[in-house]
Amino acid sequence: MPEVVVEAYTQALRELGNPASTHAHGQSAGERLEAARERIARRLGTDPALVTLTGGGTESINLAIKGLFWAAERSGRFERLAEPPIVMIAAGEHHATIEAAEWLRDTQGAQLEVLPLDRDGVLRPEPLRKALEGFGPERVALLSFLWANNEVGSVLPVRELAAIARAAGVPTHVDAVAALGQLPIDFAELGVDALSVSAHKIGGPVGVGALLIARHASVDPLLHGGSQQRARSGTQNVAGAVAFAAALDHAYGERSNGDSESFEARIARLREMRDRLVAGVLETVPDAVLRGAAPTRDELGSGDPGLDLRLAGNAHFTFPGCQGDSLVFLLDAAGVSASVGSACQAGVAEISHVLLAMGVPESEAIGSLRFTLSPGTTEAEISALLAALPDAVSRARVAGLA
Amino acid sequence: MKILAAMSGGVDSAVAAARAVEAGHEVVGVHLALSRMPGTLRTGSRGCCTIEDSMDARRVAGLLEIPFYVWDFSERFAEDVVDDFIAEYAAGRTPNPCLRCNEKIKFAALLDKAIALGFDAVATGHYATLEQGAHGRELHRASAWAKDQSYVLGVLTADQLAHCYFPLGDTPSKDLIRAEAAERGIQVARKPDSHDICFIPDGDTRGWLDERLDRTPGQIVDESGAVLGEHDGALGYTVGQRRGLAIGRPADDGKPRYVLSIRPVSNQVVVGPKDHLAISRIAGGRYSLTGEPGFDLAEPFACEVQIRAHADPVPATARLVEITAEERTELHRAEATHEIVVDIDLEHAEPLIGVAPGQSAVLYLGTRVLGQFTIDRAMPLGDPAPETQDLAAVESKA
Repeated sequence: MPEVVVEAYTQALRELGNPASTHAHGQSAGERLEAARERIARRLGTDPALVTLTGGGTESINLAIKGLFWAAERSGRFERLAEPPIVMIAAGEHHATIEAAEWLRDTQGAQLEVLPLDRDGVLRPEPLRKALEGFGPERVALLSFLWANNEVGSVLPVRELAAIARAAGVPTHVDAVAALGQLPIDFAELGVDALSVSAHKIGGPVGVGALLIARHASVDPLLHGGSQQRARSGTQNVAGAVAFAAALDHAYGERSNGDSESFEARIARLREMRDRLVAGVLETVPDAVLRGAAPTRDELGSGDPGLDLRLAGNAHFTFPGCQGDSLVFLLDAAGVSASVGSACQAGVAEISHVLLAMGVPESEAIGSLRFTLSPGTTEAEISALLAALPDAVSRARVAGLA
Repeated sequence: MKILAAMSGGVDSAVAAARAVEAGHEVVGVHLALSRMPGTLRTGSRGCCTIEDSMDARRVAGLLEIPFYVWDFSERFAEDVVDDFIAEYAAGRTPNPCLRCNEKIKFAALLDKAIALGFDAVATGHYATLEQGAHGRELHRASAWAKDQSYVLGVLTADQLAHCYFPLGDTPSKDLIRAEAAERGIQVARKPDSHDICFIPDGDTRGWLDERLDRTPGQIVDESGAVLGEHDGALGYTVGQRRGLAIGRPADDGKPRYVLSIRPVSNQVVVGPKDHLAISRIAGGRYSLTGEPGFDLAEPFACEVQIRAHADPVPATARLVEITAEERTELHRAEATHEIVVDIDLEHAEPLIGVAPGQSAVLYLGTRVLGQFTIDRAMPLGDPAPETQDLAAVESKA
């Protein structure tokens, strides 16, 4: 956790008070909470009234998907339908989205439709347009997709997708958990109904997140009891909100890097390091395959010349003939931390459902490895990785055949 | 040495890893995910890859300050252990999946991967010892026979033994291991022992098999081949079983009849009197040797045979023979060209009771493990098989 966030967090923890109480302590806590909410809203391009603080990204996503579905059901919209209402999600979503949508299918009478990704892991506008036309937008209870994929780092054309959904009148949720801190987020400009973020992705505390809910949107709560926030009951986490605000300032504000460095400059520097890492890996292991979008700038012409189609801090490869967990072990031993993607609660590395959704065969998906860079990553660390990689790959290949 | 400690989440493998660290080795812990049962916490028996076991192993590794990983062998386990288990039952045999797991997973797939990744040996919490003999490394019983687990290691070969490490082999009792675990601050010190078959968490093997194998009705016959009744699937019967036999008429002598054997190809359940359950000879084709024996197996040799993990060893004479075309029956393993034949030494031991094809027979010379085979045929006392006379002739000559 960055020192400025730790300071803000610990200072807030020292100050007692329930923000909902009317006595002086409570009022002061309430002020700190609302001041934090304002800062959070400003950084995300929205108004404080639209920020529902939650217990993290998973809760935000569950609240959005179930809450939008229940609210639409309660409005009587589904009564006119001859067929079940549709929950539409992209393939390769985070498990919070997949399992919340499956739960709606299995217990709440929804029909689940999964939109295909292209081989870069991107949901393109065309499949969305086709699906909405095919089923009829009136049947679609909600649409949910990632802004950026947490595993392979691909950035979706969210503005275009959001515009299509908006034109069709389909309530839309964007999971921006992985995008936070790496892409500028402007909720008002995006024009979707709901957007999820989580504080720990940008150095804030674990267990703090937010769901932004547009004014016109209806989201039924998951948690009842006290109605402290628009879509959530429960005493609010003042220190968590203060720390989240501090983390957003740290992520998007100017920071000292010798000189003062803006967010844009920091991301540009991160992107350069990533590109060096990608080039270095492909040079040392020629048959490695970069997965996710190639870092070509603004291929879709989204009008954001500063953005590319890949998160600045993500480099994801498959290494033919290797098992990801062998590589993780061998690189770990060489002092390089990499990740095989997701693991179940027991710690078993799972074959990435994202890679499978991109059409990567299981035999190749098994050798996947993700490197995550941060602005604090050094050239020496990248060199250490590139030095350790060839031996790790050749050993892992032997182990893979064992 | 660089040691890969296989950590199940139980107390034995935890103490084994701790001892490996204390002995000055470079140790990395690994938990094997063998089957996928998401959301399973505790299952009555040991689960493979239950969250609790994985977390317990991780906590121990944290305590020992060693790196820890979870490796997924669930596919190999399904193919080599679970599918084999089902196929053996389908063929009328009663398999021991723990031996298969040691043979194919822990000391094969895992060991191969460990060696490829630069490790010298795999450490486990088995109670068994390794000794240097005249012909190389030998596997011996643990010094405390009550906890000895050399039976389930009987499948190991010389190559595998060369890369094994059993830090618990010389511990006199399990209580001492638990005490040592408590002293070391290992939180699983009082965790119950594992039992049953790990991939059948509720212990209901019949029910589990019923979901996976079709029952084909067939005949119940006596030893002469006379049809006595019908069964609804040979799979449902166990050698030694008395109840549940739908036989209309009583035996001529009026005595109860027991399941003596199951004929998988003709789908017949063979029944007969209780005394025919007493087995004096066993034979089987799927065999392996625990290192170089140092003598010719084709010559009859005195040894001891153990047919269950917790059975007593029984004195016997064994030899390796070629299976001739004339002798081959439907009980012989189709792919086997040779088999090990073991005759119980009836002067010094009672015949074996309740032997079912599929069980593993492990051969010992004193404390030393010689090798093992899977029982294909179990022959009762007084079986007029001609080999019996032949063997007696050989012995008297010797």
